[in-house]
Amino acid sequence: MIKILKYSFYDLMRSRWSYVYFAFYLLLGIVLLFLNNDLSKAVITLMNVIIILVPLIGTIFGVMYYYSSKEFTELLLAQPIKRSSIFLGQYLGVALSLSMSLIIGLGLPFIMYGIFKSSAIWDFSLLLITGTFLTLIFTALAFNIALYNENKIKGFGYAILLWLFMAVIYDGIFLMSLIAFEEYPLDTFSLIGSMANPIDLSRVLILLKLDISALLGYTGAIFQKFFGTNFGIIVSSAMLCIWVLIPTLLIQRKSNKKDF
Amino acid sequence: MIKVKDLHKKFGKNKVLQGIDLEIEQGGIFAILGPNGSGKTTLIKSILGMVIPNSGSIEINGKKIKNDWKYRNGIDYLPQIANFPSNLTVDELINMIKDLRASKSTGELQLIELFKLQPFLNKKLGNLSGGTKQKVNLVLAFMFDSPLLILDEPTSGLDPISLIRLKELISSEKKKGKTILITSHIMSFVEEITNEIVFLLEGKIYFKGSVLELKSKTQQPDFEHAIASILQQSYD
Repeated sequence: MIKILKYSFYDLMRSRWSYVYFAFYLLLGIVLLFLNNDLSKAVITLMNVIIILVPLIGTIFGVMYYYSSKEFTELLLAQPIKRSSIFLGQYLGVALSLSMSLIIGLGLPFIMYGIFKSSAIWDFSLLLITGTFLTLIFTALAFNIALYNENKIKGFGYAILLWLFMAVIYDGIFLMSLIAFEEYPLDTFSLIGSMANPIDLSRVLILLKLDISALLGYTGAIFQKFFGTNFGIIVSSAMLCIWVLIPTLLIQRKSNKKDF
Repeated sequence: MIKVKDLHKKFGKNKVLQGIDLEIEQGGIFAILGPNGSGKTTLIKSILGMVIPNSGSIEINGKKIKNDWKYRNGIDYLPQIANFPSNLTVDELINMIKDLRASKSTGELQLIELFKLQPFLNKKLGNLSGGTKQKVNLVLAFMFDSPLLILDEPTSGLDPISLIRLKELISSEKKKGKTILITSHIMSFVEEITNEIVFLLEGKIYFKGSVLELKSKTQQPDFEHAIASILQQSYD
């Protein structure tokens, strides 16, 4: 698996898209920091961008990579390598190279700005960790979609739908159901609701850490009330881990049963 | 060497293999022929473990291949479509496959020489032409000295000189006592290199034997017409 990972990673590190993605974060970081001059505001803006953009790029890139390396995967499948190592290796290769672009792209401007001397270093690290988690989660989901759909167009369609649902529609439905059932106690419902969506979960996690109650929203407030800040952070991180683990196991399961 | 017993495979409602029984002995060139959609590639992929059969069993050297992957150490495979990671160079790809198989074999230098690939070694795979990619594909398939060699449409995209080289290469591999499975639609190529034919029709083995036997069975003077006459019967 490590070998496959290494080679997909090398391959992707040289792809134009990795650089575009990297350059985008670099630019975003520089603009936000040096034009805004306020570290915690920059972190909040970045959070909003990362939470929407990282899942989008993760899904699209994951699906794209799977389909474009399909024939090569067939060559690998004929080699004496375990099936699951091929797919897990490729998946990690994609996810890690995307995370690298994110971490280095944002890291450089923040280092230039002097993040190490600032108290916001932990907020910033958490932002990067959450971004990495989101990349891992959505790339894994994308690989699942691609493994289950032979048809590229369908695969891309489902990938976009997944992102749209998680990033936009989910919140809408969530909010509407909160309004519709406002007479009922909604604590448990909203807790489960925000855990069931990694994007919401990441938002709550970051806002808990930043301790900006005004931005927490209803779910965030419940999270804080229910778990307290520190325990809330632990619970939401654990949930993110589960969100990585389940799709990864599904990749392994499906790849062992699939015909190529 | 290879023992296939009552192999069934369907994709959805499409029954591709409907009870294949096949035994292939060590040594020699075997051509798997058949019209489009007769299950040639599915059969090959089942042997390689890429397609998981619905029922039936496949044994290689007396061992069942189900849920195993180590047996592929003894197989070299040339896929039908040559498509590689576009950002790797030819040299890196060759080293990568060698690394993946943990093999010390150094047959690739001769092959690179044979197909005149030196000028492309440091080029990215994404910039190569279809024929050159196929040559790289051939190098990857032939560079390990495995006892079983499976070639899926080896001639596609090759220029005449490379085609001659390929034929020489195949016959020299045969002399080493290897077992070679080939699928191809180019009948003259098949006739020239093979001793045994396995003809698939609608997911079953229609004929297995030598070219001569096929000619006498179909009462046709040459190989191409013999194959055509089988196909004619199936189209009627």
